[in-house]
Amino acid sequence: MKADPKGVLTGAHYIDGNFAIAEGALAAECRFFAGYPITPSTEIAERFVERIPLVGGVFVQMEDELGSMNAVLGASWGGAKSMTCTSGPGFSLMMENFGLGLMLETPCVVVNVQRGGPSTGLPTLPGQGDMMQARWGSHGDYEVIALAPDSPQEGFELAIDAFNLSERYRMPVLVMTDECVGHMTEKVVIPAAEEIELEPRRYTKKPPGQFLPYEVGEDLVPDAPYPGKGYRFHVTGLTHDERGYPVINEEAQDKLVRRLVDKVKKNADNIMRYEEADIDGADVVVVSYGITSRVVKPALAKAKKKGIKVGELRLVVVWPFPEGRIRELAGSVGAFVVPELNLGQVVLEVERCAAGKCRTIPVTHAGGGVHDPDVIFEAIKEAAK
Amino acid sequence: MRAEAPVREQPREHPMESLLRMDRIPHIWCPTCGIGTALTAFAAALEEREIAADSVSIVSGIGCTGRVAGYTKLDSYHTTHGRAVPFAVGLHLANPSLKVVVFSGDGDLVGIGGNHFIHAARRNVDLTVVCVNNFLYAMTGGQAAATSPLTANTSTSPYGNFERPFNLPLLAASSGAVYVARWTALHIRRLTKAFGEALEKRGFSLVEVIAPCSTLYARRNRLGTGLDLMKFYHDNSEIRHGADPNDLDIGFQEKIICGKFVDIERPTFLDAMNQRYREVFGDEYQEYGGSHG
Amino acid sequence: MKFWRTPLDVDRLKIPHGQVYIIKDRCKGCGFCVEYCPRGALEMSDEFNAKGYHPPRVTDDSLCVNCNLCEMLCPEFAIFCVPKEQTEAGEVKHVEG
Repeated sequence: MKADPKGVLTGAHYIDGNFAIAEGALAAECRFFAGYPITPSTEIAERFVERIPLVGGVFVQMEDELGSMNAVLGASWGGAKSMTCTSGPGFSLMMENFGLGLMLETPCVVVNVQRGGPSTGLPTLPGQGDMMQARWGSHGDYEVIALAPDSPQEGFELAIDAFNLSERYRMPVLVMTDECVGHMTEKVVIPAAEEIELEPRRYTKKPPGQFLPYEVGEDLVPDAPYPGKGYRFHVTGLTHDERGYPVINEEAQDKLVRRLVDKVKKNADNIMRYEEADIDGADVVVVSYGITSRVVKPALAKAKKKGIKVGELRLVVVWPFPEGRIRELAGSVGAFVVPELNLGQVVLEVERCAAGKCRTIPVTHAGGGVHDPDVIFEAIKEAAK
Repeated sequence: MRAEAPVREQPREHPMESLLRMDRIPHIWCPTCGIGTALTAFAAALEEREIAADSVSIVSGIGCTGRVAGYTKLDSYHTTHGRAVPFAVGLHLANPSLKVVVFSGDGDLVGIGGNHFIHAARRNVDLTVVCVNNFLYAMTGGQAAATSPLTANTSTSPYGNFERPFNLPLLAASSGAVYVARWTALHIRRLTKAFGEALEKRGFSLVEVIAPCSTLYARRNRLGTGLDLMKFYHDNSEIRHGADPNDLDIGFQEKIICGKFVDIERPTFLDAMNQRYREVFGDEYQEYGGSHG
Repeated sequence: MKFWRTPLDVDRLKIPHGQVYIIKDRCKGCGFCVEYCPRGALEMSDEFNAKGYHPPRVTDDSLCVNCNLCEMLCPEFAIFCVPKEQTEAGEVKHVEG
């Protein structure tokens, strides 16, 4: 379906990444925001609340991140597209109920504008240290979808994609950006509403009495009930069956958890997204995401000038991770270079998938700034040996 | 999961059955537990006030009382510990046509959920909150709660609780609730009436239900069974409508003051939001009726 | 009813009568209904239900006045009453307890 023009600020704007994400959410018909202020994400909340009265919706600054995550889930069940934004410390607080969102199969979007961690860390400086937390932060077995924009323009676009993915797969979707992308001001072109394609909520076609909240078809995704229309459904965070009733035994656990995991795994090919350049014949491939993928550009240019055959793989969707592609490339390249604003997180995935067929060289950075491109260049040079 | 036991000698069904998930009855609550009684009163209130059950959503947290959502045949949500209130806030604000009820226990609502409880009351979100107070965390084995009376024996206060408990009506009233009442499970008709009033009240309403917990509170404190606790409520509760919430503390096996303590009018969250935006934006502002598609 | 004087309209008094239904296998033997029936119409029986509890039984069918207190207090949804056809009070009955 096409976007509602009410929320689409069509035109060319000069705004920062956080504002762009808020505009993307409004364009995607997000009409409920519950959040808690935390640097460097607060501008998303501030932009949303400024715009929402005339677009039509609700903004509520909750008392903490735990309340925010739950209000977002409740609003989603009420029928609204909903989101929250936070940074590292708040992300940690949201984890239990992020898991509730996965268990209840609730569409919504959570934006983490990463900063230096751990703990209070560097509130005003960038980091990418929550990438593994995005994958494993909540307890139990599950799969996530996490997108990583590299610019305000992409922040706008991926915000819309996040809502679409969350509706298609009925789960919370993460947008993992960072303080740098969040606070950088660039040109953002917002298209006309008719050019924005949105995924509508998958409401059930069955009448009350025949509808089961967790009955699935081939894509393993259940349909949503209409609240307040007599469906009288029950949903719970306890392990449950298709009726939504708690069932506390091994068989139910196996069936449910495997389905929740397979829901993403089996549909991974439609979810994964990455951009490649100069991969054919490359000796070294630089794998990066988010702000780091912009910092590698001068390093790549320098390396190419020196005659190094270096290619680039930019992860747009970090989770699910493109295992197949890395495995494939590992057979033909000499090394992967993985710069990240952390001490090695996504590089672990690259290394795992490379399975020793080629070298994997991390370029770590504890956070607080971006890499010096020369450091990345040196790593590429080292890798090319 | 047991198959429903064969029913003998009854040609008709229990009048509440249309509001219960009969495929999950009998429920898990202990003999002489007061939660089933509270649920009966709630179902009776819905019928008495002729509130369309389709429009009611019930949200509960974790705990014995938290299981209420699983037995009520309404749109029901069994959420995480302490987070029933914010979930309900989101549910209601996104879809104000839904009548949202939070039905949870004392530990869930004012222990771990305390922050959400006071803020939802402060904001006066239009919710009906039923707090079944059995003075401890029952489901997990009888630990002390924020409402356990002084000297009570619980599994984490085995030598007697020395922490001063919350006075729930005072907490709710001082946070901004517009309707606050307390009844015991024995005051069944007044409880039903209170539920009805709370459901129809616009704004944050709290009904505290003092309910017997036989297996843990009564047993650990050698008070007998839930029936003995009900007899205690019979002999020791005093009805004082309009009492000052400051006087409503509950001591261990002491007088329980019941009644309706707060019944005022205040703009709800959505009222205040609409009013403010209309003031600022004038006719350009379209009054908010719901975000849902 | 025990009256200290006979009301002027006692011949027009209609005492409601109720029929108690007990869903024996739901009962967990809590005793609320027996304790709080204002007419003493119930007592705990000696029989066992499928779960091993003693459900209540009606002592005297004519005692129930359909007050529904048992129905409201029962935590198990195991007992309820419905109105029997009403009878004109021809005479005043004295009832203990």
